[in-house]
Amino acid sequence: MKIHVDRDKCEGHSRCYALAPALVDVDDLGNAFELNDGVVPAGMEEKAQLIIDNCPEFAIAVIED
Amino acid sequence: MTDTERCPVDDLATDYDIFDPDYVRDPVPAWAELRGSCPIAHTERYGGSWLPTRYEDVQAMAKMVPELSSASPGPIVIDLPVEMRQQSRQGYNAAAPISADPPEQTWTRKALLPHFTPKAIGPERDYSERLCNDLIDGFIDAEGCDGAVDYAQQIPPRVIASKLGVDQSRVDDFIGWVRGVLEFGLTDPELRLKSSNLIRDFFAAEVVDRRTNPGDDLITALCQTEVDGESLPDEVVIGMCNLQLVAGIDTTWSSIGSALWHFAGHENDRRRMAEADDALWDTAIEELLRFYSPVTMARNAIETVEYGGVTMEPGDKILMNFPGANHDPDVFEDPDTVVLDRQRNRHVAFGAGIHRCAGSNLARMEMEVSLKAWFARIPEFTLGDPDAVTWAGGQVRGPRRLPILFG
Repeated sequence: MKIHVDRDKCEGHSRCYALAPALVDVDDLGNAFELNDGVVPAGMEEKAQLIIDNCPEFAIAVIED
Repeated sequence: MTDTERCPVDDLATDYDIFDPDYVRDPVPAWAELRGSCPIAHTERYGGSWLPTRYEDVQAMAKMVPELSSASPGPIVIDLPVEMRQQSRQGYNAAAPISADPPEQTWTRKALLPHFTPKAIGPERDYSERLCNDLIDGFIDAEGCDGAVDYAQQIPPRVIASKLGVDQSRVDDFIGWVRGVLEFGLTDPELRLKSSNLIRDFFAAEVVDRRTNPGDDLITALCQTEVDGESLPDEVVIGMCNLQLVAGIDTTWSSIGSALWHFAGHENDRRRMAEADDALWDTAIEELLRFYSPVTMARNAIETVEYGGVTMEPGDKILMNFPGANHDPDVFEDPDTVVLDRQRNRHVAFGAGIHRCAGSNLARMEMEVSLKAWFARIPEFTLGDPDAVTWAGGQVRGPRRLPILFG
């Protein structure tokens, strides 16, 4: 599974970073980007879905199942 | 306006009243009715405005840039007497970036955001933990306290004063000025202008001071910030400080107060939080933010905008009804119930789009620290006299008197 944060949509709510700091980090402005090229470690698929479902900007998506 | 002068609302769709005492106490039924009958309502009251009530519409309208401007983000049209108009500060730098549109919004926001990332607010967390425990020390031996006045209201002004690096002993002044702008001032233009100018004069002096005596604080950092090789002008820094104070105080204390109000009246939820782990705290805070979202912002159309079956003309005010969006049953299952472990919670309590609350990380931290400190030492509490509870509304909704009994 691979995820991607759309940097044009992200407005820095930081919910993904609070819920799954192993999957995403935030830059100096607080905007998010995926770690590890977006590859979700085995067993963290539910966490990935959780950050997708909690983003108020609809900025995170699964790009590879 | 006093209650006796208030005309009763006979049709929400064409005559809603954001200051109606029933609406201020509990706006949820009005939003539900409007979503079913007229999802984008209109009123002529207070200079006129539009009120979207569906999540999808609020999201869409929050992203109508540049058609909808943020130059006048208050929820009602403030009609200043002619002789006072020239004293009023207008323009993008009144409280940038909240009062700005692109391009000024973009560079002022970029200057501010680095100071409010999750990683940048570490010192404020330590400060808040000490502060909350000191406040609790002050009333824990009594039978109870006013959760709004003695606790919630005391926290955000001190945290932001600490971050800005201004005199903590002026906190009562800050509270008075901010309520003068956001609460009492909404229906009293003279008080609003006076309060607003007191804030600006205060920060103008602070900025002059930091230009010659730099410190380890946010005002100094903003004074030293460069955009395209040039320092931020004083007027912009003063406006940003104004924003920190005005936007950082009423809002967060309303959220902390609403949370205490909820737990004082919902025994099962209170018992659950007394034993909560960090995962439950995280979802519970998001759920309280969703359910009791305090802030309604506004935009003004700068061109004719047709959307959702209505036509907004240039100059029309549109309320960014984030609290209403967060109760939309199309998006939230069982929206009018507080579900402390709600897993999917795409709420917009901090707005959406380019004006997402710049202080949202700070506000969340203050909620977490203040509620955890409270529950660690006062796990059992109930509401005192329910009739003594008062609520403020309009731009920022939250309890202003909240008698709580311990034990």
